[in-house]
Amino acid sequence: MSGHSTYQPQSPFMQWMERRLPIVSLVYSSFIAYPTPRNLNYWWTFGGILSFMLGVQIVTGIVLAMHYTPHVDYAFNSVESIMRDVNYGWLLRYLHANGAAFFFVAVYAHIARGMYYGSYKEPREVLWILGVILFLLMVVTGFMGYVLPWGQMSFWAATVITNLFSALPGVGEPIVTWLWGGYAVGNPTLNRFYSLHYLLPFVIAGVVMLHIWALHMVGQNNPTGVEPKTDKDILAFTPYATAKDAFFVGVFCLFYAWFVFYLPNYLGHSDNYIMANPGQTPTHIVPEWYYLPFYAILRAIPSKLLGVTALASSIIILAFLPWLDTSRVRSANYRPLYRQFLLIFFAAVIGLGYLGSQEPSGGYVIAARILTVYYFGFFLVILPLLGLFEKTKPLPNSISEAVLSGGRT
Amino acid sequence: MISRRIITAFALAVSLAATAMQTAAAEDAPPRQKWSFAGPFGIYDQAQLQRGFKIYKEVCSTCHSIKLLAFRNLAEPGGPGFTEAQATAIASEFQVTDGPNDQGQMFQRPGTLADHFPPPFPNDQAARAALGGKLPPDMSVLAKARGYEWGFPQFIIDAFIDYQEDGPDYIHAILNGYTAPPAGFALPPGGQYNKYFPTGAIGMPKPLSDGQVEYTDGTPTTVDQYGRDVAAFLMWAAEPTLDARKRLGFQVMIFLIVLTGLLYFTKKKVWHDVHHPELTGSQPPA
Repeated sequence: MSGHSTYQPQSPFMQWMERRLPIVSLVYSSFIAYPTPRNLNYWWTFGGILSFMLGVQIVTGIVLAMHYTPHVDYAFNSVESIMRDVNYGWLLRYLHANGAAFFFVAVYAHIARGMYYGSYKEPREVLWILGVILFLLMVVTGFMGYVLPWGQMSFWAATVITNLFSALPGVGEPIVTWLWGGYAVGNPTLNRFYSLHYLLPFVIAGVVMLHIWALHMVGQNNPTGVEPKTDKDILAFTPYATAKDAFFVGVFCLFYAWFVFYLPNYLGHSDNYIMANPGQTPTHIVPEWYYLPFYAILRAIPSKLLGVTALASSIIILAFLPWLDTSRVRSANYRPLYRQFLLIFFAAVIGLGYLGSQEPSGGYVIAARILTVYYFGFFLVILPLLGLFEKTKPLPNSISEAVLSGGRT
Repeated sequence: MISRRIITAFALAVSLAATAMQTAAAEDAPPRQKWSFAGPFGIYDQAQLQRGFKIYKEVCSTCHSIKLLAFRNLAEPGGPGFTEAQATAIASEFQVTDGPNDQGQMFQRPGTLADHFPPPFPNDQAARAALGGKLPPDMSVLAKARGYEWGFPQFIIDAFIDYQEDGPDYIHAILNGYTAPPAGFALPPGGQYNKYFPTGAIGMPKPLSDGQVEYTDGTPTTVDQYGRDVAAFLMWAAEPTLDARKRLGFQVMIFLIVLTGLLYFTKKKVWHDVHHPELTGSQPPA
């Protein structure tokens, strides 16, 4: 962009610093002068919200780690001690537990926005794949965090999920033993999950930097999917995007605070307030709500190996989205058929989420199978064909034309 | 229109599958009670917590431990509101195992504020041996460890009306759920029929009957009232910081509403020139 202003150090000290470590100009060009399309809507604020939530999780998590004991005999009671005896320990724990849930709310909104506006398409493939890696890391981190309170659901979720690896022919059993550090989920398992749960958020933070770097190489997509062409199409990140992001972080925090203070256990499962008991299986084991769609896919398939393959594929397939979608038009606003199929896809994922929370019997399994077929059919059949046959709407010549003509977004 | 046809076909397929779903014939739903601590402004009723504590101490504590509760908790703000002297007196009624002493012996001494409630049995096996093989659950977080799945759409409504009291509802229901088993119900030996217990057969004999525990404040001495009082006490034992949480929550919500409002107007001011370039005649700097 021609109008992209650069940082000019004024004071002698800043000039001295700039010649040695140009960190101020890096921040300036990345978060102040960075050009953003002028038509970004509120769905674009979830990137900022996700960074905010990562910060909340790391800060509350570090303090919780100071009071937590990773041992099968003490973990449950140490969490209760945080709730009862640590000053504002209840606040830290509820912020962290509900923070994980709201982290996933934000990431699902972020992914959905990317899919709706075609943000994964050329030249943003690497940016998108880094995002899929981030989502995978979040899934693993969240799962390990859920194990730490060592309640019944923690223990049995750990047992069920690690056992999935046993479906692999030949190497399955040794891998599971290696993951557990023993012949059952036990103290070594809890210890390594704790260690990894502390490590992975910093890996996430590192990949987030790559994600932002890749973003700043290619620039943001926008609701029209047409690249900015002139200075009329863009605005400086600060104050425009910053003001918008800050407002929506506030709105998001209102929902987050409602759960932390008024419904702190709503998203959890009451069985997790029973200490882990390897001798007693809960009547039905369910993961946290944010894994339910994938859990439904796993259970929809009668073969264990195929179920596990489908579960893994359901996330990994996202990485291939830039090549599965053959259309040259990015935004669903100009792709009437894609828009319909995509909205059904979102509904199918929500439907799978509901089915994942129910007992896998009778009609529930049939419904889960229909939705699973749609899930994969959307990626493997609908998307490749749609790009070849779909008649798209005419694109605007530029972002400013779309905005000034009063067209939606 | 082709898109409408797709949606119709899809909805039809899913609803066909849905009609095949059998309705789960589960236990009776615990009736919802009125709780002083329900809702965004609900807090514990001190008198009720004291009555509930009396029931726990006189009835439940003969079998159920409450290991995570300390005597000092009884005098802490947001609780039953005993004075420190009263809590000390309660603690001293319990014998606590301490030691080893200088001679290497474990010994018994009266409880202090710093002690936790001593369990009724020395260990879980002793409890099982004394109670026909059944282990009564620890009651420390029982009110949060029990619940009821209301299913769709109630679980969504509950998020909006801030209803989190399924645990106390369940405890109250269990205490009032001892009825004659329905015809054809095979009661396992040693079991009691309880219509709110998930399997229908509960190990615990009916623990409370009308007039069993004396109240000094004129509250009716019925099982219904006992159930409500002891459930409230157990909710406090499970969540002793509920009052502080809701008080802080209110302050945080007010703060966030004001902050978000200010951020909204800031955003509006910042974007004014973008939305109305005709007023300034210039484009905002990019």
